[in-house]
Amino acid sequence: MGENKKMIQFTKWEIITLIGAIILPFIFDFSPYIQGLLIFIMLWVILGSSWNLLAGFTGQVSFGHAAYFGVGAYTAGLLYFHFKISPWWGLLLGGFVAVIFGYLLGIIVFRLRGPYFALGTLATGEILRLVFGEEEWLTNGHNGILYMTTWVSKYPYYFVGLALAAASVISIKIIMRTKAGFYFLSIREDEDAAAALGINTKKYKNISMAVSTFWAGIAGAFYMIYMGFIDPEVVFSLHNISILSILVGIIGGVGTVWGPAVGAVTMVFVQELFRSALFGLAPQWFSGLHALIFGVLVIVVILFMPGGIMGDWELIAKRFRKSTRAESEA
Amino acid sequence: MLKIEKMNMSYGDLQVLWDISFHVNDGEIVVLVGANGAGKSSILKTISGLQAVSSGNVEFDGIDLTKIPPSEIIKSGVVHVPEARRLFNEMSVEENLIMGSLHGEAKLKRNETIEKCYDLFPRLRERKKQLAGTLSGGEQQMAAVARGLMSLPKVLMLDEPSLGLAPVLVKDIFDIIKSIRQQGITVLLVEQNVQSTLIFCDRAYVLENGRITLEGTGEELLNNEHVRSAYLGI
Repeated sequence: MGENKKMIQFTKWEIITLIGAIILPFIFDFSPYIQGLLIFIMLWVILGSSWNLLAGFTGQVSFGHAAYFGVGAYTAGLLYFHFKISPWWGLLLGGFVAVIFGYLLGIIVFRLRGPYFALGTLATGEILRLVFGEEEWLTNGHNGILYMTTWVSKYPYYFVGLALAAASVISIKIIMRTKAGFYFLSIREDEDAAAALGINTKKYKNISMAVSTFWAGIAGAFYMIYMGFIDPEVVFSLHNISILSILVGIIGGVGTVWGPAVGAVTMVFVQELFRSALFGLAPQWFSGLHALIFGVLVIVVILFMPGGIMGDWELIAKRFRKSTRAESEA
Repeated sequence: MLKIEKMNMSYGDLQVLWDISFHVNDGEIVVLVGANGAGKSSILKTISGLQAVSSGNVEFDGIDLTKIPPSEIIKSGVVHVPEARRLFNEMSVEENLIMGSLHGEAKLKRNETIEKCYDLFPRLRERKKQLAGTLSGGEQQMAAVARGLMSLPKVLMLDEPSLGLAPVLVKDIFDIIKSIRQQGITVLLVEQNVQSTLIFCDRAYVLENGRITLEGTGEELLNNEHVRSAYLGI
């Protein structure tokens, strides 16, 4: 809608980040442990971006993104379990199946608004968790689905994850430059006013939902392929998937294109730092605190940087510049 | 002409509009007055399709508005400027105005209309790059009215444009409404500011508890015993 008609333009920093992420494994010889963390960062970039499009840009705060993550994971898993079809096909299909689920669940939850929408989505995630746990004929229930992973090395997964993560961020960057992106923002700002101005809010909420659930489904299928094991308690987890997607978005910056990426790096790093008891430097009991400390971090971010790291970047940068100036003057 | 016939509307089990019938002729300023909770805003919401009617007809130039979605209603020329301004706070003033011209002719004439709006509200031209949320109350109201005009309305429905404004700004807004009518746009106004609106409107309806209890020209109502005691405190 602006004067700049070009669909997409990359800033210097975006290109540096992407190239950096590509050559990173060639520069350093990471241990498999660190490689695993890097793959999880990619996973969270996809899932965080997915949540952010629906909640951050369109204002429909979902507490149930595990539903679509889990559906994606089970699409890949069940194809293998029942038909011995490689889960890599499921990676392709997982996104689309999640979109169908998103559309059907959207018929119900989009009737709700604000906190009620959040509770409605939370319920959909929980319902799917229970159904996938009970319907053993279809899903093998709580025994889960096991799959021998394709590669022993983790690097191929890293690059697949990186490609998907980059695609998810770029896709959202492009969408937010189109008319649809503009409509998403107007729905977030004031849904009634948007409707009164002639925006078909139902249609655009569904479009946002479709793109969001597509990436959540892809993330789920990728998780299945990488981990080689899924069960309903893991992939439909409220606290480990749904809530963490929200936290990744909040820490990184709600309603910013790069926020989820920054949030994913921060979240995985901080969580691992404490889970491993400061990489073995602190006593073992310290690792039990990781959830608590992560919670404190979230509270600090909400209190002092409500826009998240990317949203309040100018503010943070200013503060740093000020303090370095003060130091050089002293 | 906008014509409402025997309209009933409920929020769930709670019926708030009872047998509402009224009409607005082309080129008129018609005002709906009434206390809080009388159903004034609900009437506008049902006309613009934000709220479904339980029964009754809403007709504009031969089109049944109850049968089409809000996004189509605005294309027919019925435009609703909702209560409390409802701007998109995180968008600039200009972007807010652009959001008013999304379809058809309004979209084609966007640049022309936006200049007209800036002529009508010079303050908005000064502040077009500013975020709407940072405007003062009066400026926000101007932006909201301008956003409504961007849709090239035949009927402009304004919901309490004087809400929360200083008396001097209220007068400005009412002057603008008069000049909007001079451009050939029909105005349906909802107001609590009874006295000052009755003076310049063509006709008015008084709403009480979801029913229309009185109607007449502005002058007739100003002289009506009931209106004088209940709304003007005389």
